[in-house]
Parts: sequence; C-alpha cells; structure tokens
Amino acid sequence: MSPAAARRAMPISSLGLPGTEAQPASRQKVLIRDVDFYYGGFKALKNVTLPLHDKRVTAFIGPSGCGKSTLLRVLNRIYELYPGQRATGEVLVDGQNILSPGLDLNLLRARIGMVFQKPTPFPMSIYDNIAFGIRLYERLPRHELDDRIESALRRAALWDEVKDKLPQSGLGLSGGQQQRLCIARAVAVRPEVLLLDEPASALDPISTQRIEELIAELKADYCIAIVTHNMQQAARSSDYTAFMYLGELIEFDETERIFTHPKQKHTEDYITGRFG
Amino acid sequence: MNIYARRRAANAVVTTLSVAATAFGVLWLVLVLWTLLENGIAAITPALFSQMTPPPGSAGGLLNAIFGSIVMTLIGTVIGTPTGILAGTFLAEYSRGNHFGEVVRFINDILLSAPSIIVGLFVYELMVVPMGHFSAWAGAVALSIIVIPVVVRTTEDMLSLVPNTLREAAAALGTPKWKVIVMVSYRAAIQGMVTGVMLAVARIAGETAPLLFTALNNQFWSTNLNAPMANLPVVIFQFAMSPYADWQVLAWGGALLITITVLFLNIGARALASWSTFKQ
Repeated sequence: MSPAAARRAMPISSLGLPGTEAQPASRQKVLIRDVDFYYGGFKALKNVTLPLHDKRVTAFIGPSGCGKSTLLRVLNRIYELYPGQRATGEVLVDGQNILSPGLDLNLLRARIGMVFQKPTPFPMSIYDNIAFGIRLYERLPRHELDDRIESALRRAALWDEVKDKLPQSGLGLSGGQQQRLCIARAVAVRPEVLLLDEPASALDPISTQRIEELIAELKADYCIAIVTHNMQQAARSSDYTAFMYLGELIEFDETERIFTHPKQKHTEDYITGRFG
Repeated sequence: MNIYARRRAANAVVTTLSVAATAFGVLWLVLVLWTLLENGIAAITPALFSQMTPPPGSAGGLLNAIFGSIVMTLIGTVIGTPTGILAGTFLAEYSRGNHFGEVVRFINDILLSAPSIIVGLFVYELMVVPMGHFSAWAGAVALSIIVIPVVVRTTEDMLSLVPNTLREAAAALGTPKWKVIVMVSYRAAIQGMVTGVMLAVARIAGETAPLLFTALNNQFWSTNLNAPMANLPVVIFQFAMSPYADWQVLAWGGALLITITVLFLNIGARALASWSTFKQ
C-alpha cells in the first residue's frame, strides 16, 4: 500500500495539528509525522504518521520485523545509543519536535518513560532501583523520597509484596515482580508519556493480567504507547490501535473499530490470524 | 564392529589420552609445589618475617624483601588499576566499532603478552638512566605497566558481558552516560573487574625481570622509594644462585611465601567470581 493510501486509511486528517481535539477528554499528546527510520542503510520505518492521545493507550501491532518496536524507540530517541541508527521526520510532543538536533536527550527521556520487553532491574536494592531515577533530577528529603517510592510501588501493584524487603536486591524478585518494579521505576520519575515494549511477553498469564490491570490504571494519568504481539492484549487494553507491516503504518483507528470493522483487508487478515 | 562399538572405542581412546595429558600436566605442578614445600618449610620461621636479609654465613630473614615486595606491588596496583579500569571502560563503553578503539585493543593485547623483561628494560631507560640510580619508584612503575593490560582486558571483557538492555533501561530514565556506566555497568560487572585486579596483583607479586632492571635490591631495611629496594623475587634470584647454604634456604622460604600468596590471591579471585553480591 502506498503511504498516501495508508494515510487516507486513518482518521488523522481530522486530528491534524497539535491542539486539535479529537474528543473532549483526550488531548493529542504526541504527533508522529512523516517519520522514516534507518538501521544503517536499511529503511525500517517508511513515512509513518499517527497521533498518540493523552490519557489513552495506543497499541502498536503487526508481525515481527514490522517496525513497531522501532517506532517506540524513536519516541525517546533511545536508538541514539547505537551508531548508524537515525530517524527523520517530526515527532511533536506538546508541539515540540523532539527529533530536532539540539535537544537534551536526558531531559527528553526523563519526560518519556520506557519499559522494556525483558525486565531490567538494576543490580541494586529494590529501594534504590526506584530511587535511582528520582535522584537523577530531584533532591528530596529522605521522608519525601520514601513516600515517592512507596507510591510508585503502590501504583505498580508491587508494594504489598516488597514493602518488607526494600533493602534486598531487585534481582531476587520473580520475573513478573521485576517487570512491575521496572514500571514503578518508570512512573516514579513522573513522566508524561509511557512507552511499553511488549511488557508482558516474558511473563506468565497471571503476571500478564496484573500488568494489563496496571496499564488500565496508569492510563488515567499518562499517554501510553504499547507494543504487543498479543492481539487479545491489544484489544483488551488499548483505546487506539496502529497496525504496521514492513515498516509502514497500514491502519490506525480506535481499537474497537480496528478489531471489528478494519478498513484494510491487510489488517483484517492479520487480526483474524490469516497471516503474521 | 558396528558403528556404536566403534564410537565407544574412540571415546575410550580419547578419554584415556586426555586424562593422561591432564595427569602429566598436574604431575609437574604437584612436583613444583612439593619441592617448594619440602625445601621452603624449614625457612618459614618467625625470623623470616622479623629479620633483614643477612650477609652470607649469618642468620637472618626476609623482612626487608617482604616489605619491598608489598610496597612495590601496592604502588604498581594503585597506579595500574585506575588506569586499566578507565582504559577498559573506554574500550567497552565509548569506542564500540570505532577504529581508534580497535587499535588500542590490539596494542593492549601485544602489551599483555609482552615479555616482562622488556618492560623492565623500558623502565630502565625511562627512569633509571635519567635518575642515575635504581629506585623503588622505577620498580613500581614497571609493575604497573604489567598490571595495566591485564586490568584493561578484564574490565573490557566484563563490561561487554553487561547486557545492553540494562544500559538502555538506565538511559531511558534520562541518566547521563557517565552515570549509566558508574551506577549500572560497573555494579553489574564489579565482581569480574575485582577478580581481574586480583589476578593482576598475583601476576606482579612474582615478577622478577622488571624489578631486576629497576628496583634492583637492597641488603638493608629501606623505606626510601628513591633508593633501590629489596624485593622477594630478586632476593630469591640472588640467594638461590649463591653458593651459601643459608641463603639458599632463605630463597626457598621466599619462593614458598610468594607461591602461597599467589595461591590465596587466586583462590580469593575465584571465590569472588562465584560469589554473587545479589544472591538472595
């Protein structure tokens, strides 16, 4: 499908520029516009344009290698850790283009939190795992720091399980607990946008359910983008869904419409399991 | 003979050969240790640790040599470790895939396998000749040059084992790169890095050639780093080659002492490597 056709397929034209309201309760927080991405000479994203709404969950779905994780990694420019990876186009966060060259990447990443596919607790205590991010940008008295850590762990539904072992290593937790620790770590710094890269793919069903419940709760405060391989998960936990294929955005719409009346044949084939 | 019986036969032959080769190797090691123990144990007396190296024919110990070895090993480690860790950090964290890093890595590998006598000669030209005399400083510098490549290599290897996902996770919080390295990469790699430093210390504790050209030796108690300083390897060399029986006994004692020290440093390094700080 041509990029033009892809763009016709999504209801963006009506949302257009930042500040245009789609529906009263959901402001457009991020606008990804004409983004191309290159791994060296390989073009992994082709002219991708879509919005992310505040206090909404947007799911990126598509078969392996379609560029959904790459797109997520553009949003906090984490790809810049590696030479040879670059993005062109615009990503507007509250109207500010975060792809512009002069931007302070550390400040950007403090505003846009990310949780990865594999749990990545730091080799330090549970307490310090959360305190690490807070201490980067804030000097808090001990009791305030304690409060922040407790509230972050509560938000991540982990407090009751770890409140008696905060000085113990984060590496001693189970996989599901580690992932919730990482989510707590991400929300503790109070970001504006939360990026979740297949946050439940390495977890058992019960932990997965926990994470999904958590996403539903966090949605009240954040603009969330989630990459997932799991169609049911996308259908359950997102408000908007973007279907990608071979680096192109094929279709973007409200999740309900994507899963009931997709406009594109390709999308329908994928969500019904005929390919991918 | 069917194929299975042939495999079993081949397996038996190869197993026998490798066990024999191992036994052959271990045999010499055991013999070395046994000879050291047999000849050196007699010299391990309180006098060894409390008296100076004697002139031939009188009683004495190795106190000045033990002190010199400790001092020069310590200074060599103190100079070599930070340099090695910083260089290893540069290679692992800052120079991935860059040409300069490749060159540094290659040179470091050469330095790692350079004969230590060449390091001794180099420092002789660099320090001893201009200063006009042998000194403990020159000895310590020579030892530090041996420490550096070992520590560079282990630091780089250990940091390379830290998964990139961990660095990404730290960077994604808005952590500056230096802080990612200090707070996350180092913490994840600390055991391996400390093990590397301990192995480097074990290596220089017994080096003779670099000290022969630099610190030389001193028959008397000396704490002056600008003067020649006694040290175990050179004293062993001198005493063992001498015709005096009491010197030879002291040489055996010194050899045993170094061996035991190196043995414990190695055991310590291994224990550290297998012990996880973060085990529950």
